[in-house]
Amino acid sequence: MLDIAAIRKDFPMFENNPDLIYFDNGASTLKPKPVIDAVVDFYARHTSNVHRGDYPIARLNDELYDGTRDIFARFLNCSPQEVAFTHNVSASMNEIIFGAAKAFMNPGDVILTTQNEHASNIMPWFKVQRDFGVKVEYIPTDVQGVVSVEDFEKAMHDGVRAVCVAQQTNVLAAVQPVKEMARIAHEHGALMIVDGAQSVPHMKTDVKDLDIDFLGFSGHKMCGPGGTGVLWGRYELLEKIDPMIYGGDMNARFYADGKMLLQEPPMKFEYGTPNIEGVIGLGAAAEYLMKIGMDNIHAYEKELGDYFRGRMKEIDTITLYNPDSTAGVVTFNVKDVFAQDTANFLATKGIAVRSGNHCAKILDGIIGTNSTVRASLYFYNTFEEVDRFVEAVKEVTLENAVSIFF
Amino acid sequence: MENQDLLNDPMILREIIMDHYKYPHNHSLVSSTAYRSRHMASASCIDDITVEAKINDGVIEDIRFDGIACTISTASTSIMTELLRGKTTEEAKEIIANYFSMVDGLEYNADLLEEAVAMKNVYKQANRIKCATIGWRAIDQIIKESEESNG
Ligand SMILES: Cc1ncc(COP(=O)(O)O)c(C=O)c1O
Repeated sequence: MLDIAAIRKDFPMFENNPDLIYFDNGASTLKPKPVIDAVVDFYARHTSNVHRGDYPIARLNDELYDGTRDIFARFLNCSPQEVAFTHNVSASMNEIIFGAAKAFMNPGDVILTTQNEHASNIMPWFKVQRDFGVKVEYIPTDVQGVVSVEDFEKAMHDGVRAVCVAQQTNVLAAVQPVKEMARIAHEHGALMIVDGAQSVPHMKTDVKDLDIDFLGFSGHKMCGPGGTGVLWGRYELLEKIDPMIYGGDMNARFYADGKMLLQEPPMKFEYGTPNIEGVIGLGAAAEYLMKIGMDNIHAYEKELGDYFRGRMKEIDTITLYNPDSTAGVVTFNVKDVFAQDTANFLATKGIAVRSGNHCAKILDGIIGTNSTVRASLYFYNTFEEVDRFVEAVKEVTLENAVSIFF
Repeated sequence: MENQDLLNDPMILREIIMDHYKYPHNHSLVSSTAYRSRHMASASCIDDITVEAKINDGVIEDIRFDGIACTISTASTSIMTELLRGKTTEEAKEIIANYFSMVDGLEYNADLLEEAVAMKNVYKQANRIKCATIGWRAIDQIIKESEESNG
């Protein structure tokens, strides 16, 4: 089992905010010392650009920056040449979606997704639908946002060229059967594209075992620095898709007649000076998570999540939207209190949660409400914090929520 | 004077907010061409409010609203519809200016704001200022638009 007390010592945020209950890990996560040190060391000891210096510090940064691909090769069970760094999952998904639509799709082709998706994973498809005539269709889900293999098989047809879902959705933490979906998608000649923003930080991700085609995720949701993301794709597919942005670093040659020779993947997706310190810090984050063990993290969060759900079910003013989730995420409303009022009341108790529609603006079609409170845990959260949270939630009433203004 | 005392009592102010939240006034749209309307959906990720007003000869004859919003957004907009209805646009603009000052934590004339003083502490929770102003910004824009089209 995990030694949570020891783990918490790695996160200076806890020492600096002794009363904070940080349950907003779905939005962004805290950073452990090895990540902070990696970033600060870059600033204090070895600042330079990458891929263009012949002096020792620049070479060190080349090693650290490109070496982060090797770390992710272990993290994802893939080749380092399949790991491109982006600025966040939004950038990764746009790169994948526009690239795949242009390379592999024709007007009238269908992409299958759900009404559960984050803006970053569906708005690019809407744009592609509008500009290229690709058609967006939805796979039905249950009221907790989960896709069943049977429903997916029914929604699947030979006009589908790509399936694109979040492996774990951001509001309800619905975990989709991505491996089975990839098998079925491939049987129909469709690509399997996965938004891993909420899954990769919390469970072991083996892209070979899942047998998917593309994956995107953000560094800041997995203990890494902001402004970092990963785009993973099968190498032969990365070779076929065009990058979205052109410029320095990603080109090999270009000529007066307009001929351009791009770098090989993954470099062709990395335009301009990258977030060098961020990527180095992200490597430290991945190492840190692997040291704790992704399976240990997942098991602990499930146990903590189950305890949390159980305690929330005791409160009769609570509507739980994902009572059967297997993740450390509890999405709820308090009867007669608007989500943001609940969140603001909890804030007065030192609790950080997210309220609103969480950028999943067509989810109301599934759960019948626009606005929820989401408490999202990570491996450094504790049973005591859950207990304190539950006591605070019991105090949420319309009166108390309004009283914070007086 | 008595009224002013009441409006200094936190318990009363809290009741005002709760009441306007639970039973919002003027809370349905008529969607007629006699009304100008403003849909405030992009102001924040959550609140989604539409305000409409019927303005004739510089007088606000009616204001209505609808939408999904938190206590502060709903109550502040509901209070606004009551306060500004029947006022001239000039009077309304002065009230609106005072309201925005109050919500920003600046000097304001409480007499002009009546029940809207219930929002006087919102500035202490900076993340909620946009809630307290969403409906007010809508009517402010509607008034400006009506003046421009008449001017
Ligand atoms: C499922 C999912 N996709 C995409 C995103 C967007 O992440 P980012 O803002 O890091 O690009 C998020 C995070 O909010 C998410 O939860």
